[in-house]
Amino acid sequence: MSKRILTVVSILMVISFAISACAPAAPAAEAPATEAGKVQVFSWWTGGGEAAGLEAMIKVFNAKYPNIEFVNEAVAGGAGTNARAVLATRLQAGDPPDSWQGHAGQELIGTYVAAGQIQPLNDLYEANGWLAVMPETLIPLISKDGNIYSVPVNIHRANVMWYNPAVLAANNVAVPTTMEEWFTALETLKAAGVETPLALGEQWTAMHLFETVLLGTMGPEKYNGLWDGTTAWDGPEVTESIANYAKLLTYTNSDATSLTWQDASQLVINGDAAFNVMGDWAEGYFKELGKTPETDFGWAPVPGSVGSFQFLSDSFTLATDAPNPDGVKAWLTVCGSKEGQDAFNPVKGSIPARSDGDKSLYDVYLQSAMADWASNTVVGSLTHGVVANDSWKNEINTALGLYLGTLDGATLQAALTTACAAQGPCK
Amino acid sequence: MRKRVDKERLLGVVMISPSILAVAIFIYYFILWSARVSVSKWTGLMPDYTYVKLQNFIGLFHDPRFSIDIRNTLLFTLLFVSGSLIVGLILAILLDQDLKGESFFRSLFIFPMAISYIVTGVAWRWLMNPAAGGRISGLNLLFDKLGLDFLINSWYTTRVWGIAFIAIPAIWQMSGYVMALYLGGLRSIPQEIREAARVDGATEVEIYRHIILPMIRPITLSALIILGHMSLKVFDLIYSIAGKQVALDVPAIYMWQVTFDGLFYGRGAAIGILLLISVAVLIIPYMRYSLKTEESL
Repeated sequence: MSKRILTVVSILMVISFAISACAPAAPAAEAPATEAGKVQVFSWWTGGGEAAGLEAMIKVFNAKYPNIEFVNEAVAGGAGTNARAVLATRLQAGDPPDSWQGHAGQELIGTYVAAGQIQPLNDLYEANGWLAVMPETLIPLISKDGNIYSVPVNIHRANVMWYNPAVLAANNVAVPTTMEEWFTALETLKAAGVETPLALGEQWTAMHLFETVLLGTMGPEKYNGLWDGTTAWDGPEVTESIANYAKLLTYTNSDATSLTWQDASQLVINGDAAFNVMGDWAEGYFKELGKTPETDFGWAPVPGSVGSFQFLSDSFTLATDAPNPDGVKAWLTVCGSKEGQDAFNPVKGSIPARSDGDKSLYDVYLQSAMADWASNTVVGSLTHGVVANDSWKNEINTALGLYLGTLDGATLQAALTTACAAQGPCK
Repeated sequence: MRKRVDKERLLGVVMISPSILAVAIFIYYFILWSARVSVSKWTGLMPDYTYVKLQNFIGLFHDPRFSIDIRNTLLFTLLFVSGSLIVGLILAILLDQDLKGESFFRSLFIFPMAISYIVTGVAWRWLMNPAAGGRISGLNLLFDKLGLDFLINSWYTTRVWGIAFIAIPAIWQMSGYVMALYLGGLRSIPQEIREAARVDGATEVEIYRHIILPMIRPITLSALIILGHMSLKVFDLIYSIAGKQVALDVPAIYMWQVTFDGLFYGRGAAIGILLLISVAVLIIPYMRYSLKTEESL
């Protein structure tokens, strides 16, 4: 008797195993019949202001397009690492979502355009008049060969230097605007016994600092040239940037590699450090800690980069094999609309990609960022995927990681030059 | 009678077929697939199986980051394996002295093994906080309060030797397991042998040196293999303590980062194959050895 049960169980196991092996094929088979009125949007916005912002934007979408069902396919975890792995698997299996989130720029273009997975959106830009309301210097950074591939929903700024006004005031230090002024300020603070003049965190925050130093040292034109091959990586501008970077590292905390970006920014808030370079999501974190802009913390562009807006952006795409392309166009129209962006950004703590956002919805920091966004030269961030594709960025990250161990600037510059030749536009 | 045997045999085959199938697909098929990717030039999202011979492997041996990985792995393995064996053996010998509350201590020492490396990593990340000056915390704070200032150090953020400190939580976690292995071995040695040695005038140290340690050598070998292959594959412990940083990089972390962050699938697969080979060099002789011993029993 019991043997028979065991036989049945084992046969069931074999069958269920066989069925589960077939499972991935199933959704594709039923797709055409059920997806007509649906749009699947894939993102990693699952928590905090991001999820709330997405919900706000979905509300706008549902009000405008009541006949299209919005399917939120957000995947949680690891600042998008998990989601991107899931997305890669789905694309390799030929089962793409209609639209997905990606950092605007080369991260998207290098990965998905190179693989033929997303379509150009120029007609959508023209139909909606977005070219007139988005900064002129932004468009080339999110295009390839004249084709625009994604619709940016929000804009964050990378080249922000946060400071503690009380620490600066106590030591009679003015907010620096050039590299030279910054070094003088750091030296004064160090001499006055400030434990950590410049707060730094784990390795990716060191790369974030590095890209802002590149910009601050060589200016926006030369900086842009690094990414299109017109500024040589073995040239004097990069040598000078590495020298400036090395100098800055001497003012940082010894436990940098053990701190997250939040830990590092918090050093400024607590008065343990004077400066920290971090993207403007730090402002959302400061406010979460109950701090007031301008009294508890101040901000300025990273010294040397005044007049440049080093941006990064979350944007949405149209899949080449989208089951419902019209649904995606409806979604992207909401993403690029004033209404959609003004619903999302005040909640997320970022600014709209359009320069005509309603300023009254945003706080004092974001208002200043909006003013800069409309007037500054826009350049892209390296760490956050605008200027280099994933492979190139990964090689730069390794070179920089090795440098942090050895502090050998010549080797770093050689490795950066090799990386550009192997993965970038340099020949 | 014969029919019955056949039926039983058939049933046996049916019973194990799901797991054989699963192992065949999810282990052996994927090993072959990884080997194929490792000799391809696949970089980017979509598969590209263009054959590039051993270029990915040759590239790795010229890659300064991969040399750091090898060095870190060797150093970590040496410290972790020897540390766990020594601590485990000492604990086992202490527990073997017929002391009161033995089972309490036995459980106490073996509990860390029940915790995942991630939890161990997070707890030790806090204990080994390298913050200095006013923000001092964790073990450094304890040393400071106890006046043991010479013990204050920057732990895993120490330049060049940081990886050595990662061995501390690993030893903490696994030495209880080694203790259990050794304790089983010590208990299986008949009391008569020790008594005979004592009658012959051997001191306690001599008994351990010349009788007990040689008799538990097979256990040392098993422990060595188990710890060794864990150490070669270490990922979660280091990731939860140090995150992604080149200074504390090991092959498993490099493999993950280069594949999923950098989209260098070919290079990632090559690292995977090298990891497999290094573990196989350790495991296969051991498996042959233990199969032989089982057969002779």
